[in-house]
Amino acid sequence: MTARAVTIRQPSLWRRMAREGSTVRRLDGVMLVAVAGLCVIGTLLVWSCTRTWAPGSTGLVKKHLLNEAIGVVLCAIVATIDHRAMRAYAPLVFLLSLVGLGLVITPLGATINGSHSWILLGGGFAVQPSEFAKVGLVLIIAMLLAQPAEGSDRPRGLDVMLALFAATITMGLVMLQPDLGTALVLAVITAAGLIIAGVRKRFIGVLALIAAVGVFSVFYFQMLEPYQVARFTAFVDPSVDPRGVGYNSTQSLIAIGSGQLLGKGLLGGGQTTGRFVPEQHTDFIFTVAGEEFGFLGSVTVVLLLGVVLLRGLKIARECDDRFGTLVAGTIVCWFAFQSFINVGMTIGIMPITGLPLPFVSYGGTATFANLIAVGLLQAIRVRRQSFS
Amino acid sequence: MTRMRARLLMLHLLVLTLLVVLAVRLWQVQVVRGQEFVTRATETRTRAVIVPAVRGQILDSSGRPLVRNKTALVVSVDRARLSRMKDSGVKVLSKLSAVLGKPVADLQQRITPCGPGVGKPCWTGSPYQPVPLDEKVGTRQALQILERQEEFPGVTAEIHSVRQYPGGRAGAQMLGYLQPVTEAELEKREGLKASFSGVDLAGRDGLEYVYDDALRGKAGLRRVQVDRMGKALGVEEQITPIPGDHLVTSIDSRVQAVTEKALGRAMKSAPGADGGAAVVLDARSGRVVALASAPGYDPEIWGGGISARGYQWLLSDKSGKPLVSRAINGQFAPGSTFKISSVAAMLRAGYPLNGHYSCPGSVAVGGRAFNNFRGIPLGTLSLHMALVKSCDTIFYQAAYEQYLKDGGRFPKRKPKEVFANMARSFGFGAPTGLDLPGESSGRIPDRDWKKNLWNATSAINCERSRKGYPEEKDRARAEFLKRLALENCTEGFLLRPGDSANFSIGQGDVLVTPLQLARAYMALVSDGKLRSPRIGWAQVRPDGKVVRTIPVPVVGRLPISEKERLYIKNALSQVAADGTAAGAFAGFPMNQVRVGGKTGTAEVWGKKDTSWFASFAPTKNPQYVVVAMVSQGGMGAQTAAPAVREIYEGIYGIKRKPAVPDGRLTTRLPRFAPDGTVAGG
Repeated sequence: MTARAVTIRQPSLWRRMAREGSTVRRLDGVMLVAVAGLCVIGTLLVWSCTRTWAPGSTGLVKKHLLNEAIGVVLCAIVATIDHRAMRAYAPLVFLLSLVGLGLVITPLGATINGSHSWILLGGGFAVQPSEFAKVGLVLIIAMLLAQPAEGSDRPRGLDVMLALFAATITMGLVMLQPDLGTALVLAVITAAGLIIAGVRKRFIGVLALIAAVGVFSVFYFQMLEPYQVARFTAFVDPSVDPRGVGYNSTQSLIAIGSGQLLGKGLLGGGQTTGRFVPEQHTDFIFTVAGEEFGFLGSVTVVLLLGVVLLRGLKIARECDDRFGTLVAGTIVCWFAFQSFINVGMTIGIMPITGLPLPFVSYGGTATFANLIAVGLLQAIRVRRQSFS
Repeated sequence: MTRMRARLLMLHLLVLTLLVVLAVRLWQVQVVRGQEFVTRATETRTRAVIVPAVRGQILDSSGRPLVRNKTALVVSVDRARLSRMKDSGVKVLSKLSAVLGKPVADLQQRITPCGPGVGKPCWTGSPYQPVPLDEKVGTRQALQILERQEEFPGVTAEIHSVRQYPGGRAGAQMLGYLQPVTEAELEKREGLKASFSGVDLAGRDGLEYVYDDALRGKAGLRRVQVDRMGKALGVEEQITPIPGDHLVTSIDSRVQAVTEKALGRAMKSAPGADGGAAVVLDARSGRVVALASAPGYDPEIWGGGISARGYQWLLSDKSGKPLVSRAINGQFAPGSTFKISSVAAMLRAGYPLNGHYSCPGSVAVGGRAFNNFRGIPLGTLSLHMALVKSCDTIFYQAAYEQYLKDGGRFPKRKPKEVFANMARSFGFGAPTGLDLPGESSGRIPDRDWKKNLWNATSAINCERSRKGYPEEKDRARAEFLKRLALENCTEGFLLRPGDSANFSIGQGDVLVTPLQLARAYMALVSDGKLRSPRIGWAQVRPDGKVVRTIPVPVVGRLPISEKERLYIKNALSQVAADGTAAGAFAGFPMNQVRVGGKTGTAEVWGKKDTSWFASFAPTKNPQYVVVAMVSQGGMGAQTAAPAVREIYEGIYGIKRKPAVPDGRLTTRLPRFAPDGTVAGG
């Protein structure tokens, strides 16, 4: 009733959009506000920590705004697609993402910041196919596991095997770069898909065991790069080498801790200005929030992430087709894992892993992928069948 | 779908848990431990740069500088940075050696921290301090280093203030020198720690050491905000340094110059002279007017860190150890100058002041003949004439009598030891307490001293008395040494009659420093009070405010009556005019300035005599006490007395411009203009 009273005074376009049952009315506004909030905060933080790179510059903020604008367009396009149609495109999207990952290994690939995971597009632009691979894997796994076995609500064994196969190929290509962080995200997406799809606990247990053996042998046979081992050592005891590998975690703790309750104010962070924390605009962006906005600011970031995650879970629950639920659920797990690892490593409860903070960190491809995922969530919500 | 719902619910709980974990941890890091991280952030984000305070000057009694500051370009090396290089910085040092023109080995040794097996000139400062390698670089060399920093990592050239000595070599040992602060010193002195900096120097000897706290000032601090690479972003906090106070001394730089010159001439006049000292005291205030020691050295040698060769030279026998001040560390038998104490002891022992004493050419002491100078008998003398003519036998006789009274070889339970105790009353045998470090105490060879010496040496002497000296080529000498060892072994703990006789005329085992002798004479000719002389007169703030005046403490009283004191003083007043120093003072205008004093010629076994002259002037109400000593200088009248004469001539301006107008020393501190310049005293 009140809604109608308000709409009378709205312009006609808004009235049409706000009409009950319209696409706009069925979008998850709360989630979009949270995502927008994170993007705005991210922009401010990127500005704060990159403006010092050159005197008088605005740093990477313009490029970051452009990335976000492109991401919003992508998000809007994806949101308009019927997610059931998406199911048909899933194999294509997945194959495209594999091609992207494959190109990285060819001479087209480029190494930036020690990780060979880029394809240069010229004009200072580069894409990171491993970010798109997350979307591709989400879709293919949801597609494969959406069809339950005859007379059961568990997925068929063959489909599970195919899903694992798809995941293994993707992760294998990512590990060739090598990008351990993204590989872990892909593993989480796969595991989330299997769990949500209702695969037997026994089977999941076996997979977990295999994963554990895998992790152990990776360590045991020293398949990791020395820097990766060092990061884990430093995580267990940061005082081992405070100037070397322990430096990052020590400095990020100092930056965040010195923000105290209220923070030092935007652009007021001495640790940020002095660039004591490395990779501060990407993986360690949260330290800027911690130092300049204090506990209140950093908890706000965590809360906004929480809103996105919980609204995503709500979308998954309320969707009444298995594909939609699986897509939404795996996306939530992807975001949750990446957020927790990222924030956790800056405050010393997780080892240092090169994962950006969704919606906040600088990074074009990651922003695109994250906003595409938001678009997927919205698409699923818009077409839920709660009104039928 | 219910299964999926159930599993989604599980995920829901998991997500909530993770969110709570993050929030709790953030609360812990930012709110609970926030303050701790603020402190650590300040530590990483800022660098404290110590701004050294300008060290106060050391001024003479009229405000003329004895030690002042000049700015100089100083090249220093960051040891820590060099040691991190692959070749431990050898390449950088060799490049630096080409620029500075100093050998690489020398530079290397100077940056090596001192420790076991590391000789001077090693680095005495903190291993984290930059080591200054050269304080005298030219602008061109400094620019060479500064403009090509990439070739000289860890090397800097900065403007510092360094010490300058307008008087050149004059009083070098007294002024002392500066060296980098050692870690031990930092630990010891809490105040020093706060003002610690890479270029901090501390006084290591002389006045610089004693008045270090006053001269040092308080270093300032500049807290600079830096980035990860150590690049300065801005100044966060600034505390300006408080410059050190000036030390006004009672030294008169003109008298000091005259004294140095006279001492130098005396050293040259005596062919075998290997060291000398001259002390000028203000008899009216008890302060030091000049303090000279030969051989001297140019204190500029300490600038920019001393070289290995330079340091060895300062302490080598070949150069005569110029670092050692003979005025306070030279210990020599005083010879006849010591007779002021012996006369006083005789009076104390009851010998009449106006008595007549026979001065034969020789007296028997303990069965051995003790002779006058050249064995010449001087007839019957009053004590007055005994001093003027420097008769020895009267003192031998008296000392021997007192020795026997004390029980001789087998002393009474509590021997009186009148001569030794009187010597102590004159301040011998103990440091004067002058405001210089490391003063020697001299030696009073009394019965206790003999006993202690015997305890320490009897084992060796007794062994030698059995085995002899087979390594000695001269058989007669070996035999003599063997007999000496036997005597020392069997009765070395006893004060022998000869010991007491020798002591009475300042020979044998008695040792005094020139400063001790000077202050003994000062007590005698001024007011009978024994003072602890001072060089420092006042501590004055750079703006001219007097922080404190340094008093001259009275530490004792001569145990003789005023009449006796004046009697001895009167006797001495005749020495330069008619006595043993009459030759040296021939032609000196005694009617203008009457000089009193006493010559001393102390025999040193195996060496030439030590030449002494202790004096005061004018004899009526003395202003000055001047003592000169030349080791291996021959007779007192021959070497030391002419030096003293030259000093008086300089002070009073005889045949030249006087160093001190009217010969009267200033009694007022110099006045300072508010800008710190001397307005005139």
